[in-house]
Amino acid sequence: MNNEIAKPENLVYTKTPVLNDVPMHYCPGCSHGVVHKLIAEVIDEMGIQETAIGIAPVGCAVFAYKYIEIDWQQAAHGRAPALATAIKRLMPNKTVFTYQGDGDLAAIGTAETIHACNRGENIAIIFINNGIYGMTGGQMAPTTLEGMKTSTCPYGRNPEINGYPLNITKLVAELEGTRYVTRQAVHTVAAVRKAKKAIRKAFEYSMEGKGTSFVEIVSTCNSGWKLSPVQSNKWMEENMFKAYPLGDFKDR
Amino acid sequence: MKGNEAIAHAAIRSGCDGYFGYPITPQSEVMETLMEIEPWKTTGMVVLQAESEVASINMVYGGAGCGKRVMTSSSSPGISLMQEGISYIACAELPCVIVNVMRGGPGLGTIQPSQADYFQSVKGGGHGDYRLITLAPNSVQEMADHTSLAFDLAFKYRTPVLLLADGAIGQMMEKVTLPPARPRRTEEEIRKECPWATLGKRHGQKGNVITSLALLAEEMEAQNLKLQAKYAEISTNEIRVEKYMCDDADYVVVAFGLCARICKNAVETARANGQKVGLLRPITLWPFPTEEIRGLAERTKGMLVVELSSGQMVEDVRLAANGKVDVQFYGRLGGIVPSPQEVTDALHKLMNH
Repeated sequence: MNNEIAKPENLVYTKTPVLNDVPMHYCPGCSHGVVHKLIAEVIDEMGIQETAIGIAPVGCAVFAYKYIEIDWQQAAHGRAPALATAIKRLMPNKTVFTYQGDGDLAAIGTAETIHACNRGENIAIIFINNGIYGMTGGQMAPTTLEGMKTSTCPYGRNPEINGYPLNITKLVAELEGTRYVTRQAVHTVAAVRKAKKAIRKAFEYSMEGKGTSFVEIVSTCNSGWKLSPVQSNKWMEENMFKAYPLGDFKDR
Repeated sequence: MKGNEAIAHAAIRSGCDGYFGYPITPQSEVMETLMEIEPWKTTGMVVLQAESEVASINMVYGGAGCGKRVMTSSSSPGISLMQEGISYIACAELPCVIVNVMRGGPGLGTIQPSQADYFQSVKGGGHGDYRLITLAPNSVQEMADHTSLAFDLAFKYRTPVLLLADGAIGQMMEKVTLPPARPRRTEEEIRKECPWATLGKRHGQKGNVITSLALLAEEMEAQNLKLQAKYAEISTNEIRVEKYMCDDADYVVVAFGLCARICKNAVETARANGQKVGLLRPITLWPFPTEEIRGLAERTKGMLVVELSSGQMVEDVRLAANGKVDVQFYGRLGGIVPSPQEVTDALHKLMNH
């Protein structure tokens, strides 16, 4: 074998230094790791490592601060947009973003989400929607699909008992305060590239003072869904994307 | 001006960076005054009406995590809603000022003055082992002075400070001398004073993280012990108390805030009748003036605690007195304020016991 591959000019990929060299606690196949990497890359490419402030949620991503090397605050469950509101208002020259799951953003934190978006806070909200509570062991989320089984709807989500899946991204797109609302995924190379562009756009927009940017990433939770990573991606495409179709809601 | 207005003026003059609140009677004048003054046009202070008290306290968390001088104000039911956030702020060791202009409870209660949030304030209203420095102003002047003091104590100890007033102190109008104006600190000044703050990662250093999470029990115990050491230091340094005619007193009335003013009147009546009665007014409810009360308990014949509650601070007075002296209680509930005559009657009952 030759050593061509080790020559610097042949380097085609290197991990961004904004992503720390520590093992992630996420399950293999989980979307969080990919989205973390994209955020770290965007921070690196925009040169904002020393001006970005992230807000970590309660949920699987509570330890986001261990992986992306910037200043972080870890919020109470659902309150990340309130923290981000204050931080951005007090320091408009910083890039402020929240990273939240579906339980955090669309159940317990619905009021904070809606009102931060409606005030048009100049923040970026990254919303991981995997339709389940991963951290607490697979309970029903506000975004759990009809018929989908979780530990608190073991026979499948029944709207008569559990209500309907909440399409909160569609809802925030209706608000005057939002500037950019999009729904992405990270299950294929093409999707990853598109999601990265969306995250970068959201971060850039947040510095232009024209309203809230909201990026939903439809994600997998293979542990919670009790499927292999490959099966999870397939299940997501066949089921999640029907209820939560990908694409831009708003970009102005 | 009104007590609530004094808080707003004093906050701006204390170099406050941000106020986040939600309207509730009887303290809405704090935010109303700020919105009328528009300090963002002069000092750059942010004033924001949040969607709830839950959001307000978490905005305070966010701002405090950046080392900014931030505050909120509310009244009893709103303060109850903030308890989760206050617990997080205490654990994450963030400096901030929280004002509670108490009203009668429980529940939605009433808008008249009360002191029934004493337990919630000094025993930790939220979950976990934490304490709040609790200042109890009894005049419009102290509303202003304590606002400024609260910011100083919050930053000295990296801890939330509660200014515990009541609806009467918030609404009454008195002359006030505002504290000297201090400029807001620059980002560089904050970085120097608060190296832990999230103002953006320093070049070549690890990022700062504000959190109250420690999954390992050993780590969480260590954080708790750190907090307890801080609380012990505060208890040593920061007890504040006003004593009125206590030196030769046979009987002592213990009261704070509005009640202390009513009781002072009753003490003067007693003195005019030749009865040796004094007044002890805790200014800090936590840390509590335990030693002062213990000292008086050892050489007096009786104590009377007067509160706008069913008897909350009286428990701490009895703990301090430790059975050395008879400690009686008189209180009115649900927003009723006792007259000086009622206190005088309660004193007679104590003296004839």
